[in-house]
Amino acid sequence: MTYLQARGVVRAYGRTPALRGVTLDVAEGEIVAVTGPSGCGRSTLLHCLAGILRPDAGQVTWRGERIDGWSEAARSRLRRTEFGVLFQFGQLVAELTAAENVALPLLLAGTGRREARTAALTWLERLGVAEVADVRPGEMSGGQQQRCATARALVTEPRVLFADEPTGALDTLAGEQVLTHLVRLARDQHTTVVLVTHEPRVAGYADREVMLRDGVVDHSGLGLDASLPGGHR
Amino acid sequence: MTRVSTSHVLLGLLATGPRHGYELKRAHDERLPRARPLAFGQVYATLARLHRDGLVAPAGQERDGGPDRTAYALTGEGPHALDRWLATVEPPMPYVASTLFAKVVVALLVADVDRARDYLIAQRRAHTARLRELTAVKTAPTASLDDVLAADFAIAHLDADLRWLHTTLDRVADWHREVHS
Repeated sequence: MTYLQARGVVRAYGRTPALRGVTLDVAEGEIVAVTGPSGCGRSTLLHCLAGILRPDAGQVTWRGERIDGWSEAARSRLRRTEFGVLFQFGQLVAELTAAENVALPLLLAGTGRREARTAALTWLERLGVAEVADVRPGEMSGGQQQRCATARALVTEPRVLFADEPTGALDTLAGEQVLTHLVRLARDQHTTVVLVTHEPRVAGYADREVMLRDGVVDHSGLGLDASLPGGHR
Repeated sequence: MTRVSTSHVLLGLLATGPRHGYELKRAHDERLPRARPLAFGQVYATLARLHRDGLVAPAGQERDGGPDRTAYALTGEGPHALDRWLATVEPPMPYVASTLFAKVVVALLVADVDRARDYLIAQRRAHTARLRELTAVKTAPTASLDDVLAADFAIAHLDADLRWLHTTLDRVADWHREVHS
C-alpha cells in the first residue's frame, strides 16, 4: 500500500491554476524532494498533501484513507499529531523561549508541562541548540531559530514531516546544519519527509526527487522516477 | 580551472618534515580525498624535477627490509617557492573548458535540439545521483574535515552545473520555439 499519495490533484488560486493534476506516491520512511522552477506549484502541492489546503479536485490519501475531504478540524488535528510542518521562516512565537516554543505542540495535545519541557529540551539537544533553551527567538541567529523550529516540528514525533524551503533564508553552513540534523533524525525515527526546494544541493539530501513543471509532474526524464516510490539508500 | 600543481602540493607535504615517495603518495591521497590518486611514477618524476630545481634534496635513506627508500626534505629555497605559489591568485575560469559545455554546443551544431535535450536530461540524472552520493559522504558521522571539504567542493560545482543544465534546457526550448514558430 502506498503511504502518502496524491491522485490528479488540482488546485487554483482564483483563476490562476497552481496544480493541474498531480499524481505522486511517497513510500513510508522515504525522503522525497519536490523541486521545480518558481511558480511550478511545489508549495501548493505540499500544502495539499499536508492537509493545509483542500484540492479543488483529485484525492490525497494517507495510509489508505482519503484526507482531502476531512473537515478543517480533523485536518488540523492530523497536523498536530501525525504530521509536522516546517516553513522557510520558523514562525516561532516571539514572546516564548526556545524550550516553550518546542513544547507548544505537546501542550496543545494535552501533555503535562513538565513532560513537555523535558521532551522540548531533548529535541533541542538533538538539534544541537540546547544552549538557547531559555532564549527568545529575537536573540537567536537565523540558523538557531530554524533548528528550534525543526525541533518543534519533530517533538510530536510525526509520521510525516513536510518542509517547505526549510533552509531558504539561511546561509550555506547554517542551512546545512539544519538539513543534516533533520535528515539524520528523520531516518532514525523512520519519519517520511516531503522536502520542497528549488536548490539542487538541498535536493541532494533526499532519496528521490520529483520535479513539477507548470503544475504537473515532469515526466520528460527530468522529473526523475517520479511515479515510483523507492530508491531508498 | 587550472591544473593542480603536483609539485607545489608535494612541497606543502614536505613542509611538515622529510618523507619518502611512498609516504608522499599516501599523504597526498589522504589530504586530498576525491582527487585523482597520485601514481608512484608521478611522485618520483616530480621529486626528480624538484631536486633538479633545487627545491628539495635527498635526506637519508631508509632500508626497511625492502628496497632502499630515499627520503626528501625541502631545501632553503623550497619554502620560498611554496610561499610564492600560495600567494598567487589563480585566474578565475580563464577558459570555459568543460566537456559538458562542449557536448551541448556540438549537439546543437551537428544534430538538433532533441539530441541536446536528451543529453542534458541524461547528464542531469548522473549529476543528481552523484550529488546525492556526495551529500551522504559529507553528512556521515565519520566524515573527516578533509572529506567534508572535498565533498563540499564537488557538491558546489555539481550544483552549479545542475543550475546551468536547467537554464540551458529552458534556453534551448525557447530558442527552438522562436526558430520554429
